[in-house]
Formats: sequence, C-alpha cells, structure tokens
Amino acid sequence: MTQLVELADELESLALFADLSRPQLEATAHSFEETWFGEGERILREGLTGTGFYVILDGEVAVRAGGRDAAVLGRGDFFGEVSALLGEPPSADVVALHSMRCLHMAAPALHQFLLAHPAVMYRMLLDQTRRLRTTTRARG
Amino acid sequence: MARAGDREHVERPFPPGEYPLVVVGSGPGGLQLSYSLRRLGVEHAVISADPAPGGMFRRWPFFQRLLSWTKPYAPAERGTRAYERYDWNSLLAEEAENRALMTGLMDGTSYFPSRAEMELNLVAFAERTGLTVRYGCRWESTRRETTAAGERFVLETSDGEYRCRVAVFAVGVAEPYVPPTPGLDLVPHYAETRSAETYAGQRIFIVGKQNSGFEIASGLLPWARSIVLASPSPAKLSVVTRSLVGIRARYLQPYEDHVLAGGVAVLEASIDRIEPIGSAFHVTVRPSAGGDPVTFEVDEAIAATGFVAPLRDLPALGVATYGSSRLPAQTPFWESATVPGIYFAGTIGQGATGLRKHGLPANSGAVHGARYNARLLAGHLAEKHFGATRSRPPLAEPELLPFLLDEICRAPELWHQRAYLARVVSVDPTDGIADEGFVPLAHFLDSGGSDAIAATIEADADGGLYPVFYLRRSTRTEERVLPGHPLNDFGTAEHRRAVASLLAELGLASAEERAQGAGTL
Repeated sequence: MTQLVELADELESLALFADLSRPQLEATAHSFEETWFGEGERILREGLTGTGFYVILDGEVAVRAGGRDAAVLGRGDFFGEVSALLGEPPSADVVALHSMRCLHMAAPALHQFLLAHPAVMYRMLLDQTRRLRTTTRARG
Repeated sequence: MARAGDREHVERPFPPGEYPLVVVGSGPGGLQLSYSLRRLGVEHAVISADPAPGGMFRRWPFFQRLLSWTKPYAPAERGTRAYERYDWNSLLAEEAENRALMTGLMDGTSYFPSRAEMELNLVAFAERTGLTVRYGCRWESTRRETTAAGERFVLETSDGEYRCRVAVFAVGVAEPYVPPTPGLDLVPHYAETRSAETYAGQRIFIVGKQNSGFEIASGLLPWARSIVLASPSPAKLSVVTRSLVGIRARYLQPYEDHVLAGGVAVLEASIDRIEPIGSAFHVTVRPSAGGDPVTFEVDEAIAATGFVAPLRDLPALGVATYGSSRLPAQTPFWESATVPGIYFAGTIGQGATGLRKHGLPANSGAVHGARYNARLLAGHLAEKHFGATRSRPPLAEPELLPFLLDEICRAPELWHQRAYLARVVSVDPTDGIADEGFVPLAHFLDSGGSDAIAATIEADADGGLYPVFYLRRSTRTEERVLPGHPLNDFGTAEHRRAVASLLAELGLASAEERAQGAGTL
C-alpha cells in the first residue's frame, strides 16, 4: 500500500524525477495512477491501441517480441513512451516477470506532463539516447 | 455455533458454521452477487455488519444526493435490457417485476436519486427477490486452516466462526483515510462533516479536490464566508476527461465561483501543515508551481482526503494491495492476485483495472459497472469452484451478424463497462458457433482458446465512442476498430458492412450476406 505522500518519497529516489521539487513530486504522484500486475500478466499488448506510459516502482518486466525477450526492465525504468508519443500501437508485448507495481499515465496526459516538466523530458531523452546507442552498438 | 431451536437461529439466517461460499457485505455488490449466485444454485451465506441492506448508501453521500442517474423516461422501454443503459442505480434481476426498481422510488425532482431513495431501492431489491442476509454480524478477522476436507478460510465474526472454501468481500471503499500531513488529524474528515448551517459565516479550507471535496464545497456555498480547496495537482473535470474520472458536473459550482472570482479559491498546492491557533487554524501550503509557502487563516478545515478499502487483516493473509485506496490486486475475474479463493465484489472490484485503454477506467467503482461484474463473478464462481457448466447457446451462422450488431447497439454491459467487458462468440471449427456470453476483455485477450470474436464498445482520449472487435485466430488476436457515429448509432449500413467483413475474415460470412449488408444502404 502506498499513499500519495509516500509515493512522492518513492518518486524522489527515481532518476527520471530527480530534478523535481517536493511540491512538483507530490503533484506528479497525483498525476499518475498507481497500478499492479501479477506474474505473467501482459501490460502492453502488441498491436492494440490506447496504451499508456509506465514507470516501474517494484518488480521487473520483459519486453517480448517475436516470442523472445528483447529486454528486461526494472525499478525506475519506464516503457510505453514510444507508442504513447507516436500514437501507435506497441510493436511488442511487455509482460510482468514477477508481481510488479508501477505508475501509469495515459498518452494525452503524458504529452501535457512532459511539456510542463522539461527536466523529466530531458531525463527521458537521455535514457532513449542510451538505449539507441546500445542498439546501434549491438547491430554494429 | 447457534443451536437448533435457538431464538437467534430461527430469526437470523446463516448461523456460524461451514458454507461452500461466504459473501461479506450487504451493499449493492453483495446483494447483486448473492442474487446471481442464488439464480445459479450456488449455496452460500451472506453476512453483514449493518442492520439492513444498503452499504454506504445507508449514510452517504453526505449531502444526500447521488452522482449516478436513473432516467425514468428514456429511449428504451423501462425494464428492458436496453433500458439499463439509462438506469445506473437498479440492481439486475431476471424477473420482470424486479427490474428497474429505482424508477418507482424517485420523487421526480431530480434524475439523481436521493440517498434515501437509493437506500429504499436496495432494500426493495433484497425484499422482493427474497435475499437473506445475516445482519449485525461483523467480520473481524481471517485465517487459513487445513482440514481433512481441504483448505478453508476461517472468518471470525462477532457471531462466531465461518468456514468456507471461497470468500467474497463486498465491503466497499468507505473507510476514511487521512494522510500523515502534520495537523491534518486535528480536523474532521469528510465523513465527520457537520450540518451545513453550522458553517455559517466561516472561512473554510478543504484539503482535497476530488468529488468529496467539491461536494462539501457545493453544500457549503450558501453558508461559508470563503472556501479554499487545495491539492497538489489540477482539478480534473469529468466533462473534460469524458469519464467518471474527475469532478462531476453537479459539483462544478464552486469551480465556476473560483474562475469568476466569487470567493472560492481552487489551488494547486501541497499541504505542508495545519496548526490550531486559538479558535482558528493556520493552513500552510506550498504551491506546486514553486514559490514561497503560503499560510491561510481559516475557521474550519475539512479533510476530503478519500477513503480506503477496509480489508482488515487480509493483507497479513497475503492479499496484495496497491494505490491510494489500498485496493486489492485482482485477476480479471476479481480474485485476489496473491491469495486464490478470495474474491471481491462491488466497488472494491475496481482493483481489477482491465486495460484502461486511453487511460479511461471502467465503471467498476460505480453500481452501474459493478452490477455486471458481480453477475459475471457469480457465473465464474459457479463454474470454477462448484462444478456448474456454463450455458453456451449455439448460434446459426446467419444469426451472427444481427446478433453482434444488436450487442454493440444495445448491450448495457458493453456501454457501461467500455473496453472492460466483451461479448464473446466462439467459432471453433469442431464445436461450431456458440455464444460465450460476457467475459472480462483482459481475460479474453490473455487466456488464449479457440477461434473467437469479442465485441466491445470503447472510447478514445477525446471521448468518442466506437465499437471494437477482437478476432482470435490460432492464438493470435487482432484488434479491429469500427467507426463511431455522431449519435452513437452503431447499427448503420456502414457498421453492418464492417461487421460482415470481420466475419468474412473468420470465414463466416458468405458473399451473399456481405452483399445483403451492402444492399441495405
């Protein structure tokens, strides 16, 4: 169980939100919905519309494409931003490897949230850049 | 244990003992579930701490008027299945005389029933359908026990111990919650608000900007000298989110007062502390946008800080919870995700979130969503735990197109539980075409199974409604989004052609049928 004040404490420890002030953290805790998934449950489903953006608070997920796990994400990682920002269905499933707790924000709200919090957008861009570099190196 | 001949035993049903299934709660969720279980012949006991049916509606909303409407005059005939779309408050009955009971109890002054009318509606449903509940029996604690007959849950109550294989908790989300903000425990919670006239001429500070906060503000508008509502994030409005998320239109008057500078202030700020100073309070807030803290001197502060699910010791038993309302984590069929055999019904079932497509939740937190969940849950319990066989009426191929069109046009389950419940038709090559009834959409998408088609109604981020079909072929499921309609009429020639085309993908619709669909233009 997490109440919003404690949730703001948790957000403070995640790199994505490291630049936010305390009032901004509390507002962010209000803006996201906390949600929970059981082991094996699909969070994103390949090809289905209307998904959102997720930040992992506890647990791990696998990004599963073509029957194999392309990546494993854990606490502090986020996913769903590509389909949320581009307005396209996900190109892979994201599956909970264990019971996991995360924050959820719908795509339209994410647009507004990022514009209002450029520091979070910058952190997200850094992470995306690292992922792109890793992918490029792997292909090279 | 009650004794035979005991006066209490004669007058009160379900004495402590062993039952196949125990339902805790006599609000709308418990009543709907018990009714549906009885229709399926599943033996069970119902216990409730309350003295009579109604659950939270025996007490709330505080200002005695619901947020859920019932339209006595609607586009569909009263008492029909299609009418349920316009009646959010009646429970579901098979018998015609027990349907749409809410309509007969309203005085015509509002299409939002009063709290008292809603309570009467639930009492009438229980009485007319012959539901029996052991009232005045408080569930106090829970444990597991291994017996020769297998695993049992033991529910300790004020009347004694109940043993059961399956327990369903329909206990609402109505336990007041106060966050650990310094000083907030010194002021009354929403649940302790006094009568409005006692706030005459006072400066009021309301912590929280959800419906309960705005309900209080609305009720105090004629009495308060000034009102401040504050919470860290901007107020969401249901007319903007186009869902039940956000402040409902009925409570928007304080918001209009705020934007027209009439004396109400709606702030984005976190509450730092509340300090009693003489007969007043100093409330210090920190604006979310930054800047220095601001202190308000007010005569009264009220914590409209929400409610949590009263799960007692279930978390200690292993029931995982999450979120600000401490909802139990649940499977798509409302079973605890971590303790099999424990289920939830009523508003607490909103913990099974479903897909939340475009961020929109189902209406499981309200009666008009929870009543369908409860009916499905009864069928699921009967099948999974008590050996019942689900009815799967066969459908002839020519019936399929009109059947699916009718469902997306009229099925209240789909209109109220959007992107959450689906009408499923299996198209197994050996078993033929069969109506599988309603299924949680998440279950349909993730459970696999024979080739099938699932029909839903969904909404996008702009609130537009449209039918969506999911085609499952050889374990792969694909989504097909149909167009919306300005008047939400999904029975047009365009929709008919689209559904015919989907059926053709499953090898079901003949060219003649598609031509017939096109010919209705």
